[in-house]
Amino acid sequence: MAKKLPPVDVVLVGFGWTGAIMAQELTEAGLQVLALERGGWRDTPTHFPTTVAPDELRFYWRHEMFQDTARETLTFRNNDSQTALPMRRWGSFLPGSGVGGSGVHWNGQTFRFLPSDFVAASHNTDRYGPLPEGMTVQDYGVTYDELETHFDRFEKLCGIGGKAGNLRGALQAGGNPFEGRRSDDYPNPPMEMTFAQKQFGMAARELGLNPFPAPSANMSRPYTNPLGVQLAPCTYCGFCEKYGCGNYSKAIPQTTILPVLMGKHNFTLKTHNEVLEITRDSSGRRATGVTHVDVHGEVFEQPAEIVILCAYPLQNARLMMLSGIGRTYDPRSGEGLVGKNYCYQVVSSVDVFYEDRYTNQFVGAGALGMVIDEYNGDNFDHAGLGFIGGGYLACWTTNARPIETHRTPEGTPEWGAGWKKAVKENFLKSTGVSTHGASMAYAQNRLDLDPTYTDVYGRPLLRMTYDFTPNDRAMTAYLTERATEIAKRMGGREIKVNAREGAYDSMPYQTTHNTGGTIMGSTPANSVVNRYLQSWDVPNLFVMGAGVFPQNAGYNPTGTVAALTYWAAEAIKSRYLPDPGPMVRA
Amino acid sequence: MADQPALPDPTRTFFTAAERACVRAISARLIPSDDTGPGAEEADVVTFIDRQLAGFYGRGERWYTKGPFSEGTEQQGYQFESPPAGLYRKALAALDAHCRRTHEGKAFDELGAEVQDGILTAMEEGELEFEGVAATAFFELVLDNTIEGFFSDPIYGGNRDMVGWRLVGFPGARYDYRDYLDHDGKRLDIPPVGLAGRPEWKTP
Ligand SMILES: Cc1cc2nc3c(=O)[nH]c(=O)nc-3n(C[C@H](O)[C@H](O)[C@H](O)COP(=O)(O)OP(=O)(O)OC[C@H]3O[C@@H](n4cnc5c(N)ncnc54)[C@H](O)[C@@H]3O)c2cc1C
Repeated sequence: MAKKLPPVDVVLVGFGWTGAIMAQELTEAGLQVLALERGGWRDTPTHFPTTVAPDELRFYWRHEMFQDTARETLTFRNNDSQTALPMRRWGSFLPGSGVGGSGVHWNGQTFRFLPSDFVAASHNTDRYGPLPEGMTVQDYGVTYDELETHFDRFEKLCGIGGKAGNLRGALQAGGNPFEGRRSDDYPNPPMEMTFAQKQFGMAARELGLNPFPAPSANMSRPYTNPLGVQLAPCTYCGFCEKYGCGNYSKAIPQTTILPVLMGKHNFTLKTHNEVLEITRDSSGRRATGVTHVDVHGEVFEQPAEIVILCAYPLQNARLMMLSGIGRTYDPRSGEGLVGKNYCYQVVSSVDVFYEDRYTNQFVGAGALGMVIDEYNGDNFDHAGLGFIGGGYLACWTTNARPIETHRTPEGTPEWGAGWKKAVKENFLKSTGVSTHGASMAYAQNRLDLDPTYTDVYGRPLLRMTYDFTPNDRAMTAYLTERATEIAKRMGGREIKVNAREGAYDSMPYQTTHNTGGTIMGSTPANSVVNRYLQSWDVPNLFVMGAGVFPQNAGYNPTGTVAALTYWAAEAIKSRYLPDPGPMVRA
Repeated sequence: MADQPALPDPTRTFFTAAERACVRAISARLIPSDDTGPGAEEADVVTFIDRQLAGFYGRGERWYTKGPFSEGTEQQGYQFESPPAGLYRKALAALDAHCRRTHEGKAFDELGAEVQDGILTAMEEGELEFEGVAATAFFELVLDNTIEGFFSDPIYGGNRDMVGWRLVGFPGARYDYRDYLDHDGKRLDIPPVGLAGRPEWKTP
């Protein structure tokens, strides 16, 4: 029998970016908030100080901070004709575990989606006609304008450095001319660009494009955020993505929210407690709380008035399925919604090798880059191209961590003297243009529960069925051509094109931008949650994270994930609490 | 998991003497010592791999190891029943048997460089089949581990005297490059430092 604990107002499942934001917002409203996190406590001085963080083997290759696949992983197959097999170790994406979640080891590239991304279905249909057969793209049900102030809040929380392109409707030279209208500039100036970004900027301008500095959560100067928490200037050490920042220079929950939140009398965090299930009353329409298990295997029943899933998209979808809330999507019948519209990010790159100029890429930072947005979203005419959506192109200088990053020119052998010579010669003299493409939903790509493999508690693993779609392939081919045009003009000796071709491969790292599975929308017939991220089936259950994206746009997700979290928190405070129940009438 | 000590215990090793000689020879072909500079031999990559296999990595402690097992597609990644240490043990035995059978009783490390390269290429390209273990998967694993041992921090036993980092010009475990942001394409030559400092910092 599970031990029953005293009730709380709100239980948060998972304590990463969305959990921390929710906790801060709802404790401010006076609610008793409990966060349950399966991993441990982590903080800068104890877990990733500067003397510990720059350890490539430990943190990336030995997965120190990621979800432990020995306990739980997911199974993967490209399509229904295959048997899904467990990802025995991580590859293509790296879900986090522990306080701060993936938010601890992110890069900090902090974008807003375009206004048209939120209305991808209606916008593209209006302009180009019906969507192709099998494409299940839909509108978010919330607009950019509704989210604008929430984007702004996250940027100020994090001290994002950047250059506005559209300030209250007026275009700003040097910013992104395609971005949605902003109510305010970024709180900090852009980061310092290095040689590679300057070459990219020059090449892009020659082509008539508008390069702008990437919005960055790595501090461009000392910053005190609106909660009074201080961040230190970034030292460009090149250990962001896959690492904790030792220098208090990257916005993560620990450097932005936790110092204020942890001291609140109405907030409790329990680490090493994994949520097993969302419990409901006999009507099935009301969540009564969750059950969770501690490291000793003891199971607890935690009653709560409101349950909010903040456990990362893959886990949020799995918890819904394990708890039997909503129907799991079945592509054969087209019925069910949980697990539908799983999407990803379609990336490629073009390397540039210099003869006698040095990029010195160890001088880098996770979000140090110049970007162009001409080929993102619907910023360009797609007539006759055979796809919708797009992506940004960027020249990042994020690292020269040598196990991971040692570019070699076309024709270099994989090992031996030729490999070694090429690595030595090009290590400090290369850069690249990367493409960061959207991922449009298709009927066959989805998440469900695996029939065979189980986690450490004997419960089914999540199963991912995913491959790149016709839209993805046409889009990435187009973006890679555009990247090649720029790369050729960056003054290098030669380039190498790393196109995204063939079946999606679950092993080489691409991005941890898993989206969909608990999608939002306008009616219970097309979505799991409504525009306030409230479950249609169980109105006191809310689902955060990129799982609510009906399809993924050509940007990193977290700016939009955070804006949606603030938006949902606002709705809970101003609409749900005074009148608990469905906020949108079905 | 996050609170486990980072360092492998240097007194715990995995390889037998013969296995060690073979892996040393393999890594020396993957990253040879030549006129471009020191290779896996000088970096002591074999010691790195030995300690890794003796620890949690070798045992696959952070990998999902439940069955059933089946081969899967290329896109599904590592699907072998043996965690890394077990795969090395089986594959090294098979490689040894292969070498002795086809090369007059000689072990891999007793063969000439060209012959060794030929065998490695055959493993890489799937032309060599080992009994009960995939030669290609083993090749990929040794190559990954050799690169790790050449470039990881010296605290793990490889990259001795930071020869890997010196070869390419990586300054190592530093955390502040603000003074160098305006390098403007000129070479930065910064001596490397490891998490445990530099050998010359040690008191005599
Ligand atoms: C290497 C890497 C680089 C990235 N770079 C960028 C970038 O540059 N820009 C960008 O926009 N995004 C980036 N991201 C993505 C970003 O980290 C995520 O979008 C963001 O952290 C998502 O927030 P979340 O709250 O949904 O999940 P997380 O922050 O991951 O938090 C989820 C938490 O829930 C916990 N949890 C899961 N299941 C349970 C359970 N059953 N019980 C209790 N707790 C549970 C987890 O342990 C985790 O702590 C990156 C991610 C990675 C891994």
